Amino acid sequence: MAMENVLEVKHVSVDYGSASGAVHAVDDVSFNLKRGQILGLAGESGSGKSTLAYAVARLLRPPAVVTQGQMLYYPRPGLEDKNEDDSLSPIDLLELTPAELRNFRWRKLSIVFQSAMNALNPVLSIETQIVDVLQAHNPSMPRKAQKARAAELVRMVGIAPDRLHAYPHELSGGMRQRAVIAIALALNPEIIIMDEPTTALDVVVQREILAEIMGLRKDFGFSVIFITHDLSLLLEIADQVAIMYAGRIVETATREQLYRHPRHPYTYGLLHSFPSLHGARRSMLGIPGSPPDLRAVPPGCAFNPRCSFAFGACQTAVPALLTPSSEAPEQRVACHLYDASLNPDGVPSKLRAAEPAQPDDSPLALRKGEVQ
Amino acid sequence: MSMLERSTDVDARHAPGVNGKTAQSAVQAGWDEPVLEAVNLRKVFPLRQLAFWRTQRGVKAVEDVSLALRPGRCTALVGESGSGKTTVARLLARLYGYTSGEIRFRGQHISRSTTVGLRKYRRYVQLIFQDPFSSLNPVHTVKYHLRRPLRIHGHARTAAEADQQIRHLLERVNLTPAEQFMEKFPHQLSGGQRQRVAIARALAAQPEVLLADEPVSMLDVSIRLDVLNLLLSLKEKERLALLYITHDIASARYFADETMVMYAGQMVEGGPSEAVTQSPRHPYTQLLLQAAPDPDRMLTGQMDAESSLVARGEPPSLINPPSGCRFHPRCPYAMAVCRTAFPPRTDLGGGHWTHCYLYGEPAAVATQSAT
Repeated sequence: MAMENVLEVKHVSVDYGSASGAVHAVDDVSFNLKRGQILGLAGESGSGKSTLAYAVARLLRPPAVVTQGQMLYYPRPGLEDKNEDDSLSPIDLLELTPAELRNFRWRKLSIVFQSAMNALNPVLSIETQIVDVLQAHNPSMPRKAQKARAAELVRMVGIAPDRLHAYPHELSGGMRQRAVIAIALALNPEIIIMDEPTTALDVVVQREILAEIMGLRKDFGFSVIFITHDLSLLLEIADQVAIMYAGRIVETATREQLYRHPRHPYTYGLLHSFPSLHGARRSMLGIPGSPPDLRAVPPGCAFNPRCSFAFGACQTAVPALLTPSSEAPEQRVACHLYDASLNPDGVPSKLRAAEPAQPDDSPLALRKGEVQ
Repeated sequence: MSMLERSTDVDARHAPGVNGKTAQSAVQAGWDEPVLEAVNLRKVFPLRQLAFWRTQRGVKAVEDVSLALRPGRCTALVGESGSGKTTVARLLARLYGYTSGEIRFRGQHISRSTTVGLRKYRRYVQLIFQDPFSSLNPVHTVKYHLRRPLRIHGHARTAAEADQQIRHLLERVNLTPAEQFMEKFPHQLSGGQRQRVAIARALAAQPEVLLADEPVSMLDVSIRLDVLNLLLSLKEKERLALLYITHDIASARYFADETMVMYAGQMVEGGPSEAVTQSPRHPYTQLLLQAAPDPDRMLTGQMDAESSLVARGEPPSLINPPSGCRFHPRCPYAMAVCRTAFPPRTDLGGGHWTHCYLYGEPAAVATQSAT
């Protein structure tokens, strides 16, 4: 699979208008989504990860406004359905007219919402809801074919075909989430935004759903923007991970880079906030303080009041997302510690360590088993 | 109930009726006598039904649960939603009356009634709820929330006394400066701060047992650790017996001395946390551990989200639960005997035990049919 970009988000900002002035929920965020890739967006509540995803889907309504930026979508070359101009020039999602938007949504980009309970209509059967989607976007499709497609979709996501006529309340949480995924897949989109798709589920069901998503991605090659607050989960499934804090991406890297060598103090703190299941018990540090109120974000780097490495420049200048070292060109971090002109002392040893998992005492099995 | 009135009489803790087995293992491990104990606890929530001539149906939420909470020790109760772990906490807090079995506080039988002697009981056993957004009253200040238990349990007689103790409580849960927090309303606090107020409120009664029902699952990742560490330091410093209910088995490994795993209302495995999480014996515990997110898997090369789980499916309905071991419909090693009777407890050594026919006496049969 060629790794070209399917979506480029450039300098997007989203504000929520409020009585006390604009709240910058997303502030100058850029990222690229490659074809067939899973991009994980991780952050705490209020970090702007959902707002960003909804901005991409153009789902934001006032008081939320996209104030700047570009979101370029690159259509897949040689796509069969030629119902619009088939030029391969990128499309700026912010420029789409309502009609174009309707054509774009679900056909090219679909969403799996967090709570399947609320995403499904309680008075319609699963089949009706899938057929609804097909009917809305593909009215010329014969009814029979629509029903056949519904049955196929349901089978694909692992729901027994006899549940097709079930109503949402007759299904368990996991099954409902599968049904929502089936609806998202209905038109074979290129991008699927998954907003905390497994947060409300138990671990065993969560694991099954994730396996299902991974399997489907292999078969259909769609790209996923996977939003979650659970970094440990993201490190297992995502190819690329972006960490958000107070509306900005503070670090982005492949999952291996991020796990082995987190550069941003916030990422480092997050990785040391959840307990590990195997290997030696590692020391857990946590992060002091709590996430900032977006109405009053600290000046400079928003993380500086909670950062143990903060120095003068952190309170005055907002760090840009830059590549910290030539060894890892894919990894980018927004932190003054990596700016030699501001921080001549060099990076603190804690963040220089090649291993995020500093063992408490003895050398651990994890290191030995590790490749390279 | 008279024993509740005198507080820390050591002899009173060595009351008769303590389960011989647990007492023995406790002595071996050098633990104290349990302060709160549940023995073969059962809870059936009756279902409303109109056909009175039929047998009464009910949700069999908790089946034969025994556990012991000891001073200065943290016991984790791990399970999925619907496993009955919250019901156990509420039975122990006497929010619900149990159907059969027994609860003992310092060896003393506790009535199944949810009203008789409740205030005295709550003086010693306090519950922390999962959701700090709904467990605090939005129209009252922090000060009010903390003054109520102080007054009710007679720890503060005058307003000045109460104020001083409230200040002290807030300092204990690291909400400083206390003066500033006293006058705040819940909506002015962050989730972590609210949960700290809820903890302070529980501490105001000066309890000996703290039942924490998913105390951090509603909080942000970066705050969770702080709240858990706070609970742990309280446990250490004040020798509280702590019941930590969670669905996150990895956190149980770190924060609990002892971990018990529940499935569909039944206890399936328990023992020292390290033993349970590192060498799980019951197929359900293995499933739970396999399903838990774990970035280390990525490094050790066994990372494969598509790797098949030992068992699929979902927990059963508790109105009509499977007979015998309730895990048998999902269990890859299920045998005929699993369908007929719930397996007895098998001790695996070192305080580690499980309820599974794969271990213990009929082990030979089990391994044969499993392979």
